[in-house]
Amino acid sequence: MINVTIDGKTVEANPGDLLIKVAQENGVYIPRFCWHDRMKPVGMCRMCLVEVEGIRGLPPACTMPVAEGMVCHTETPAVKQAQDDVLEFLLVNHPLDCPVCDRGGECPLQDTTLAFGPGESRFVEEKRHFEKPIPISDVVLLDRERCIQCARCTRFADEIAGDPLISFVDRGGHTQVLNHPDHPFASYFSGNVVQICPVGALTAKPYRFRARPWDLATVETSCGQCAVQCRGALQSSSNRLVRLLGVDSDAVNHGWLCDKGRYGFEYVHSDARVREPQLDGKTVSWPQALDAAADALRSARDLHGAESIAFLGGARGTNEDAYAIARLAKGVIGTDNVDSQLGDGLPAELILGVNRAAIADLDTAAAIVLLAPDLKEALPVLHLRLRRAALECNVPIIDFSSVPHGLTREVTHALAPLPGEQGKRAEQLVGALNGNAADAIVAAAAATIAGRSGNIVVVLGRSNLAERSDATVQAAAALAGLANVKFLSALRRGNVHGALEAGLAPGILPGRVTIEHRDAVQQVWRTAPEVPGLDAEGILRGAIDGTIKTLVLVGADPIADFPDRALAIEALNAVGTIIALDGFGNASNQRAKVMLPVTMFGEKSGTTTNLEGRMQRVNQKVSPEGIAMDDWRIASEIALRLGDDFDLELVDEITAEMIKVSPALAGATPALLASSHDGVRIPVREHATEIKVRKNNAGLLDGEGAVSWEPIKADVEAVDVELATHESADESADESAGEAGAAVIDSGETPSADKATITAPTAEASATVAPTAASVLLTWNRIAPSVSLPGRDAYAVRLVSGPALYDHGNAVNASASIVGLRGPSKLLVSAADLQRLGVTNGTEVHVASAKGAFNIAVHAARGITQGVAQLAMGGERGANALIDVGSSATDVRVETIQ
Amino acid sequence: MQRAQADGAYEMWKEVLRRADVQWIHDEVKASGLRGRGGANFPTAIKWESLPDNGLPRHLVINGDEGEPSTFKDRVLLEGDPHALVEGVCIEAYRIGSHRAFIYLRGEFALGADRVQQAINEARAAGFVGTNILGSGFDLEIVVHRGAGAYICGEESALIESLEGKRGMPRIKPPLPIHVGLYSQPTVVNNVETVCTITHILKMGGAEYAKLGVNRSTGTRLAAISGHVKQPGVYELEFGMTLRDIIFGIAGGIRDDKQLKFFLPGGASFQWLINSDEHLDQVYDIDDISAKLGTTLGSGAIMVYDQDTDPLLVAWRLAKFYAHESCGKCTPCREGSGWIEKVLYRMSHGLGRPNDMDALLDISAGISPDVMKAPFTQTTICPLGPSPVSAVASLQKWFRAEVEAACGTEAQA
Ligand SMILES: Cc1cc2nc3c(=O)[nH]c(=O)nc-3n(C[C@H](O)[C@H](O)[C@H](O)COP(=O)(O)O)c2cc1C
Ligand code: SF4
Ligand code: SF4
Ligand code: FES
Repeated sequence: MINVTIDGKTVEANPGDLLIKVAQENGVYIPRFCWHDRMKPVGMCRMCLVEVEGIRGLPPACTMPVAEGMVCHTETPAVKQAQDDVLEFLLVNHPLDCPVCDRGGECPLQDTTLAFGPGESRFVEEKRHFEKPIPISDVVLLDRERCIQCARCTRFADEIAGDPLISFVDRGGHTQVLNHPDHPFASYFSGNVVQICPVGALTAKPYRFRARPWDLATVETSCGQCAVQCRGALQSSSNRLVRLLGVDSDAVNHGWLCDKGRYGFEYVHSDARVREPQLDGKTVSWPQALDAAADALRSARDLHGAESIAFLGGARGTNEDAYAIARLAKGVIGTDNVDSQLGDGLPAELILGVNRAAIADLDTAAAIVLLAPDLKEALPVLHLRLRRAALECNVPIIDFSSVPHGLTREVTHALAPLPGEQGKRAEQLVGALNGNAADAIVAAAAATIAGRSGNIVVVLGRSNLAERSDATVQAAAALAGLANVKFLSALRRGNVHGALEAGLAPGILPGRVTIEHRDAVQQVWRTAPEVPGLDAEGILRGAIDGTIKTLVLVGADPIADFPDRALAIEALNAVGTIIALDGFGNASNQRAKVMLPVTMFGEKSGTTTNLEGRMQRVNQKVSPEGIAMDDWRIASEIALRLGDDFDLELVDEITAEMIKVSPALAGATPALLASSHDGVRIPVREHATEIKVRKNNAGLLDGEGAVSWEPIKADVEAVDVELATHESADESADESAGEAGAAVIDSGETPSADKATITAPTAEASATVAPTAASVLLTWNRIAPSVSLPGRDAYAVRLVSGPALYDHGNAVNASASIVGLRGPSKLLVSAADLQRLGVTNGTEVHVASAKGAFNIAVHAARGITQGVAQLAMGGERGANALIDVGSSATDVRVETIQ
Repeated sequence: MQRAQADGAYEMWKEVLRRADVQWIHDEVKASGLRGRGGANFPTAIKWESLPDNGLPRHLVINGDEGEPSTFKDRVLLEGDPHALVEGVCIEAYRIGSHRAFIYLRGEFALGADRVQQAINEARAAGFVGTNILGSGFDLEIVVHRGAGAYICGEESALIESLEGKRGMPRIKPPLPIHVGLYSQPTVVNNVETVCTITHILKMGGAEYAKLGVNRSTGTRLAAISGHVKQPGVYELEFGMTLRDIIFGIAGGIRDDKQLKFFLPGGASFQWLINSDEHLDQVYDIDDISAKLGTTLGSGAIMVYDQDTDPLLVAWRLAKFYAHESCGKCTPCREGSGWIEKVLYRMSHGLGRPNDMDALLDISAGISPDVMKAPFTQTTICPLGPSPVSAVASLQKWFRAEVEAACGTEAQA
């Protein structure tokens, strides 16, 4: 720490920190336009000029690292004059069309002018003119007249997103941001530039002219489109969601969102939403629908036993939804045939039972082992975090992908296994680390790891859905044996980790325990399964062979999402009764006997858990469409009709009950969740020291709300949080349920949590802590399945498949702004294979596997090995139409069409 | 090559390799007092001393962008004696231990680029450039790069950006290129003339060279004299002459025997001087002229204007250049230079308003807070921003009355 004097006040700072930041942290706001805390400074706008003793002229505070003894003045006449001048310069060519500008009312140029600028204009010359807004992509428009050339957008595109598709062209007064005419700014992250632009130069089609900022109401919440769960400020106007801004969370998203998250909430208000309950295709009242659902489940259980009933899904709602569904299925009905993953994930024991990494661990890792789908497509903001770790923190990436992906350029060592050989390759890497390298590439990778200190962070997901998960599990088993290894889960679906933590997987109970550890749930639940049930594949096969007779689809569409579509179709045609909890009709639930409309993003509160096991609050902003109901309430109503009264009225009560029965959540309380910044990580006790509490509990966002262009951060305080015992968790739930809890739903405000309610009151109370010993928590047994790859015939190519960001799910289909961004499906092969086929890029070819066939355009892609082909999941021509889930690999024949 | 060698080219390079004594080169150049000829006048040997010893490869970059109006002295060297440049590059690269040198040439220098490239090819064929040069174990490759027509790419950090394939915009300093330059590695940037001079210094001996010139302005420099003089051209001047000797002696005086009105002793970017004994008797000395008359010798250009010249028109033309060439990075330069240009356009085209001159001074203060002061202060990253302010300050200093007559209340009446 060094001492710096700013406007006469001496403060402590880290050497090398930028003066502008040090000043801000100590209550001195130096005006700025170009500087953004998450990007490298450029010193372009000159708004932040200050005086520093001993330095000639007026240096910019944004490029000035502080040094011991530095004395800085931010309010001298010279500084004020410079601020005045810079603002006048910025305004001379500015069109001042504020009344019709989206930024009007929340515009940094307006605000800064008011606070620091000249009162009048002396400019009598002709202003600079450009064509008013021009589209630079399908969602973003650019008004070059309004641009103040701060380079935030161009730097974001280049430095952060790695999509350098916009840059400055021309010079002097004609300097302008532009994309290349042939290359639109088609970045998955394009919306971020709109958020950080300090003027209204960049606007987003979905929000343009939709609202005036002073009419917006805001809550902080998490995006639910993927398992990163970026923090966001969700804004509505007239009870409609209009905008989601990224909130700067150090732990998670650094303020960024992907475009699917930012614009994809439009589905919430889509006409395609199911707004009322239906029975046999006819609209009915809630009591009728709930009675019918309960009757169907009761008679199925009575006639065929609980095991004839299966639950699929539950990874799209809140933790409370998932928990209530788990209690209904496992604790009321008594079936363990429950899976929140749809054959596209990894075994729950593996995900829950390994040493888990946080996203931030990437930055300090010895190496990142990438054993995951293309993160740019699957978990876009995690992709940004990996990019940052590689480029800013110089962490080497060791890649196990079989095909090129968004991070290929950042990879240090590409181990390039053939599809299905990830396990073998991982064993070779472990071998090399133990001194016997199979080849030079693993030797080099091992040397890189050995040369660095820190953890090895394995980003673990399904790098290929066109094969069983066995090779990935085998690789994980090998890598889990290393010292200092941590796993960052790369499962994709919104709240899949929350669902797994809540017990929505066969053999698992809430709180990271197996069904052997039933004692915790049995404090509350009437029953609990004794033998592990079926996973998604088993459930679907059970439906086909008749052992599964009733299927409850909880926001699940296996026909779209299960990797083997033919199997899913057969199963859904065969199963006797389907009960669906969903916001949309889809191929899988069209035969549903009972359709129960559920609330979606922004319509409900609760908690969700992201891929690092971080549990955070999500908040309601608008009232539900139609008469949609929260999943947890539906589960509790059905349970009541089956004779088990959950006695849960408010979402905080569920949170509290979930905590009570979940050993891994021990120590948390609803109040702590509401007041902690960045939530809590599971297991809560293990991560207690990471918990930070907000200083300002009035609202989650500090101050007046979201000022979008600056990193939106809550004011936090590091306090020593003493974790609650189970008893105090109960109490505080009662408290917040009684008072502030209701406000959560009505106004989106969070319950107030003073320190007392989150602190364990007495030592005696701590003594009565329920058995939460770490010993009951699941640890993965590291049993590696054996992988036997089928031989490949010389004319076939082996398929690699993963999700695309703009997929065929409802979030995309029903969001007008992004559905058009989905590109056509195409088959990617090596140039050699294209040549072998004797066709040119873009030609339609016929692909066929044992499971299906269709025609599709083929393209050569650099970096694909001969004999391997890449095809995304989803849609009519998606890989799931070709995949046989029973096989360790999917080989397809590609033929020209005569 | 034959002609050049007949004139002694590469003899010093051979001598350097024979001696294999880096310190000797350094000491001679230090003793010579050589200051950079690119406009910033920084002592070359001191620059070398700042090179960090961090094990990273070092680069030598030769600045041949020469884009300032009225400056055309490097062109003469590039086109007229390219082997002198190549030899200088070899010697300087040897001094700093660089194995890759880049010669960045103004895009329009097609002929110069051809000749320099040919000279490099010949030098390579003769074994003066390449690997293991003349058996010394020293390797050097020289790359010629042509710019794309931006004046700002003459600024050393913008030049480096441009060489790296990026848009030419100056970098934030520190770090200086000498520490973090091309490809983030230590880089020495020197002007064409500077590097050519090194060879001569070694031939003469540094102390001997330092005897030429005056004070800290040692030796000679090339000056490009243009405008209303009888004999415009590039001349090698010894520091210490008076400006009168230069304009009326060397350049032959004012065309058509008219009166001198004003002149720019240091090229387009610095303040002007007028037809007064005080100004004409000023000696050509970098520091002296700065101390006494508030201007500097810049990049060695002298522009001379006769009695019939409208100073407003000159100021407008200069402002137009800077407005056009501003890289667009700093707000005051990007917006201010354009604003100054627009006002000067009106003023010089009969559309002036009474308070225009004061407005100009005020706008200028936003770019260079002390307007009249030289060397200027600046709110911008590089000195391009304040350059048009020099013209405004000069109008104010010497031609306020004339400007007021043109746009003032009298003109309105
Ligand atoms: C706007 C601007 C343009 C410049 N143009 C040139 C140029 O064309 N040639 C040059 O040698 N130096 C130019 N310079 C100076 C260089 O930045 C740098 O100081 C010089 O190349 C260093 O070489 P020297 O030490 O040999 O003078 C320019 C500086 C500025 C600010
Ligand atoms: S468009 Fe916006 S973010 Fe981009 S340079 Fe202009 S003002 Fe800055
Ligand atoms: S002063 Fe002008 S030319 Fe120099 S960096 Fe700033 S904008 Fe570019
Ligand atoms: S904020 Fe410092 S120059 Fe823009």
